[in-house]
Amino acid sequence: MMPEISLNILDVAQNSIRAGAKLIEITITANTQKDLLSITIEDNGCGMTKEQVSLVSDPFYTTRTTRKVGLGIPFFQYAANATGGDFHIQSTVNVGTKVIANFKLSHIDRMPLGDMTSTIHTLITMNTGIDFLYQYTLDERSFTLDTREFRDVLGDVPFDNFDVSNYIKAFLSENKAEVDNGFIL
Amino acid sequence: MKSLEELKAIREKMQAQISLRNEESATTRVVVGMATCGIASGARPVLTTLSDAVQKKGLSNIMVTQTGCIGLCQFEPIVEVIEAGKEKVTYVKMNPEKALEVVERHLIRGQVITEYTIQNYIK
Repeated sequence: MMPEISLNILDVAQNSIRAGAKLIEITITANTQKDLLSITIEDNGCGMTKEQVSLVSDPFYTTRTTRKVGLGIPFFQYAANATGGDFHIQSTVNVGTKVIANFKLSHIDRMPLGDMTSTIHTLITMNTGIDFLYQYTLDERSFTLDTREFRDVLGDVPFDNFDVSNYIKAFLSENKAEVDNGFIL
Repeated sequence: MKSLEELKAIREKMQAQISLRNEESATTRVVVGMATCGIASGARPVLTTLSDAVQKKGLSNIMVTQTGCIGLCQFEPIVEVIEAGKEKVTYVKMNPEKALEVVERHLIRGQVITEYTIQNYIK
């Protein structure tokens, strides 16, 4: 198991990267009225066949050759199901994959969301050729980070440039603090 | 909200330096395993610590990257240091503190920290 949900997100997003995605959309939506934390990770990578989709929840299915188990999706699914939530994967070959995990916000077994700033910052600065659209919503407040906007401004200055990297980190943490307004997800 | 104006200022500041930087190529690669096994055992703060330290200290010949599962899940978080013309060094069971030591002692001063390498764990 992962100690925080943000690590599940980092892990599952690696699948999108390996699938050759050019754009990865990560959406976090918390609604205290509905008592729901909804997380989606959507990519435009190579996608999976129906058969592969039905197999990825099986920990003993993996396309990797370095080891015989694939725990990324099972961990994420278990974390959601343990809260009375649900979990879905929609995928089409050559179109992309969407992973949806819904958590019951107030459930005692819901892991904390954790350090989303680190997860998104790591994804952006370690995969500078991929665009990320990140949306973080808590009830009526939200913020969006779109690396395509950053790219337009930056031209050929890369995301792993020290100053740019620090800017992205500050952008994520300052906006999240504003949205959270003291609430800890 | 942080503004995109700040990003424009960074771009202008960097444009002069970019042409210089492109000519330098990384001679050393530092690779962190970031598969499920690595992430679950704490690879994310190790990766962040390494890339921050390398940038802060201006080690422009060193590139910090990530990889998938190395196949030694029980030893994660794993950090590999790959230098041109030298044998690959595999550090196992890393944490941010050990990672900083690797930066100081191995990457800057060139001394392999043998007590953290895999050979020290599988003898």
